[in-house]
Amino acid sequence: MPSTNHEPIKAVPLRHPIRWAVALFLVAISAAFVVDASHRGAYDWKAFAQYIFDPRVVKAAGVTLALTALSMFFAIILGVSFAVMRRSPNPVFRAVSWLFIWAFRGTPVYVQLVFWGLLSTIYHSFFIGIPDIHFHNFYLGFHQTISQQFSLFWIAVIGLSLNEAAYMAEIVRAGLLSVDSGQEEAATAIGMSWWTTMRYVVIPQAMRIIIPPTGNEIVSMLKTTSLVTAVPLVTDLYARTRDISTETYNPIPLLLVASAWYLFFTTVLMIIQYFVEKRFARGHSALIAMAS
Amino acid sequence: MTPMVIAEEVHKSFGSNHVLRGISLEVAHGEVMCLVGPSGSGKSTFLRCINHLEKINSGRITVDGTLIGYREHAGKLYELKAREAATQRSGIGMVFQKFNLFPHMTALENVTVGMVRVQGINTSDAQVESKKLLARVGLAEKLYHYPAHLSGGQQQRVAIARSLAMKPQLMLFDEPTSALDPELVGEVLDVMKELAASGMTMIVVTHEMGFAREVADSLVFMDGGVVVEAGKPVEILSNPTQERTKSFLSKVL
Ligand SMILES: Nc1ncnc2c1ncn2[C@@H]1O[C@H](COP(=O)(O)OP(=O)(O)OP(=O)(O)O)[C@@H](O)[C@H]1O
Ligand SMILES: [Mg+2]
Repeated sequence: MPSTNHEPIKAVPLRHPIRWAVALFLVAISAAFVVDASHRGAYDWKAFAQYIFDPRVVKAAGVTLALTALSMFFAIILGVSFAVMRRSPNPVFRAVSWLFIWAFRGTPVYVQLVFWGLLSTIYHSFFIGIPDIHFHNFYLGFHQTISQQFSLFWIAVIGLSLNEAAYMAEIVRAGLLSVDSGQEEAATAIGMSWWTTMRYVVIPQAMRIIIPPTGNEIVSMLKTTSLVTAVPLVTDLYARTRDISTETYNPIPLLLVASAWYLFFTTVLMIIQYFVEKRFARGHSALIAMAS
Repeated sequence: MTPMVIAEEVHKSFGSNHVLRGISLEVAHGEVMCLVGPSGSGKSTFLRCINHLEKINSGRITVDGTLIGYREHAGKLYELKAREAATQRSGIGMVFQKFNLFPHMTALENVTVGMVRVQGINTSDAQVESKKLLARVGLAEKLYHYPAHLSGGQQQRVAIARSLAMKPQLMLFDEPTSALDPELVGEVLDVMKELAASGMTMIVVTHEMGFAREVADSLVFMDGGVVVEAGKPVEILSNPTQERTKSFLSKVL
């Protein structure tokens, strides 16, 4: 029988002197840095305040966001396709998927972006070499009607998507592998086709494993967009702030402006990721609750 | 009437591992057959061949007169298209040792999903039907529970309902109670008994000799990929004629 007038334990809590010392030291250093930075002319906070919402900067931030969103969108679709192809009963699909991942994961994204930027030149000489030049004409027409910056934007999206798709494919593949083989078997046994099994049984369960690293990939993509200058696309956040700073001869505040925008976007992404992860824990959080 | 299942000289190898070495047997409409044998004797493999989860290397299997996995035309065999094979499988229910429920779906969704995604029945009709099936296996109260919130016995009953939802003519059970705590075995066996009484044709791999004796119409003892002995459960259990059957039964009884 539990007694009703039990005494709560009174004990001297364990002290953590080292923790406190380290924390104090870090706080002191940070404070010193902040105080120093707020006075130091090189940071030029007035310029920071002036440029952070400069219309050119805001527009460039929009371009960076669009690059990230579009590239990830296509990368996820392609990545899922290649991952699913890797498991397809069709050996041609498996081989194509393997080759794609091999090529795009094995070369630097910067090099790939330069390559896609040079693509029009490559296609030029390539299409002259063969008799049928219809596509070549079409391609030139495409270039004449659409502004250069616009097509550079899409070349950047293509370049980023293809590179990212290779990584996404590996992430999705790991997710698919994490699903017990009994799931596919049970779905097949009730007569689901291979694709229905993937769509309704395997992929939803793989999502739980896929989402956290995908969140990282989006954050990473946001920062990788600063490489599109290789295409060369110069309308994104980093290139734009860099170009502004060459006019003002004052690079540091504009680097801080760019960093502040990148940080803002990554923070928002982290919050979204938290909610998405909760959504796909369905049926699984219950398991954890049961086990404990 | 032709038997529900006819297996003729079924052989199956995994690489150099010759697992099924010529299985021949027949299961009549409405018959309950128990399949017993030591671990590795090929019981699961044989069940998986019946619904074409595994391809057999030679021999033939028919279910309700239809050849499994192939179409026969002018003496030649043609592999079925994936879709045709899937349709064939949906008529054969299968219950697994580890239940294999879909963990991201509630009990109700587990039962509904096949009707909706395979048979193309609309969701609300499928739900009405699924609720009846879950009630039939005694789970009317657990419709909206996820598998993780159900006991092993309850999960296995959901799995049975999920198979029944496809209106199978034949049910295959691969050690349906082996993963259960002893006190939960009974509730699953009761559902299976009710199913047997309703006239379902069943092939049950099991170590539950009580169930075999009480419910089964026939008992098959397999070892090393062949049928060693087959007959009435009571006779085999009390008077095995083969040495291998005797030594196996002495271990499990
Ligand atoms: N997919 C597979 N690939 C390779 N070998 C397999 C495969 N499935 C089964 N085997 C082999 O086939 C043999 C028979 O296995 P099976 O699972 O049919 O036996 P079982 O009678 O069901 O045994 P248990 O009572 O342990 O379930 C074993 O040697 C096993 O290793
Ligand atoms: Mg087995």
